[in-house]
Amino acid sequence: MIEHVLANGGAGGTNLDPLFDEAMFWILAVLSVSAGIAMICVRQAVHCALMLAVVMLSLAVMYAMQGAPFLAFVQVIVYTGAVLMLFLFVVMLIGVNSVESLKETIRGQRLFAALGGIGLAALLIIGIGHAAIGTAAPVTSASNTDNLTGLATLIFTTYVFPFEITSALLITAALGAMVLAHRERSGPKPTQREVARRKIESGQVQPEPPPGVYALHNAVDLPARLPDGTTTDRSVSAAIVQRDLQLGRDPQGVVAADLADEERLETEEQLEADVRGREEQ
Amino acid sequence: MSPAHYVFLAVILFVIGAVGVLVRRNAILIFMSVELMLNACNLAFVAFARMHGNLDGQVVAFFVMVVAAAEVVVGLAILMAIYRARKSASVDDASLLKY
Repeated sequence: MIEHVLANGGAGGTNLDPLFDEAMFWILAVLSVSAGIAMICVRQAVHCALMLAVVMLSLAVMYAMQGAPFLAFVQVIVYTGAVLMLFLFVVMLIGVNSVESLKETIRGQRLFAALGGIGLAALLIIGIGHAAIGTAAPVTSASNTDNLTGLATLIFTTYVFPFEITSALLITAALGAMVLAHRERSGPKPTQREVARRKIESGQVQPEPPPGVYALHNAVDLPARLPDGTTTDRSVSAAIVQRDLQLGRDPQGVVAADLADEERLETEEQLEADVRGREEQ
Repeated sequence: MSPAHYVFLAVILFVIGAVGVLVRRNAILIFMSVELMLNACNLAFVAFARMHGNLDGQVVAFFVMVVAAAEVVVGLAILMAIYRARKSASVDDASLLKY
């Protein structure tokens, strides 16, 4: 199927089966619009990013269907692969705990936003509806060359100056990101000796046990158990505890059940050992 | 499908993105909505390229993608700086200039 879509090479090329073309379009249109609506409605930032990925991948298939295989690949590699991963990185760095409150700070903001959106949609659809958008142009000699060759020719002849400017833009963006994300060190860098001394003074020399150590399950949300039998909350990521609280679960619930289980096992073993001891006597 | 269908789909996606920018208050989600709007524009460009039977629209869409990538990098770096200073990514909190 994908070869079928990608075989559609030139700019105006429509060698797709019309029925297939139509079915694909409607499936992708419904998928992308519903994912877009879900994107602006869901509360979790990570779910939002996943919805955006759905929209972007549907658009990539649409590019391929419209005779733009190069753009389809760029969409998948650059947008879905790089830009969205960058978004996810930043979400994981700063926003994964912060669920947006659904309280409106400006009264009637949602209502007016929805009204404005409907107005904008009406304006654009009526305006574009009045413009005569023709059917796809037939494949001409200018466009029936290979899509990649044609794009390369255009970029390096007609659009060579914007292309050069793009390089300046990218370098500026990289520098800007470095400058903005750079944190100035306020004090001198601690030496190895100072780090060691601070560690000894804090009373915690060894690293924290990872979650699940000595517990009955080896899961990330299960706090490790210290040698004295108590559990340590510091071994579980705060984000996981936060998530448990959000979902209305008791973060310690599994641990309590585990401890009860273990006690029961121990008493059973004890009883069995007693019975065996009596039989031997 | 005729290019008009794709253009109308692009309009709908653009409006969804615009509403997202107006409604959401987390700066990251606003950024994602802006990305959705840019993607919608790209779809329209590709549809117009197919309508005219040349590749200029695709070249423009390609440039839009490049600029969007640069914009995301700088925007997210600014967001990180704001978060580091204020411990919040909500656009409501950055209101120092108001008073």
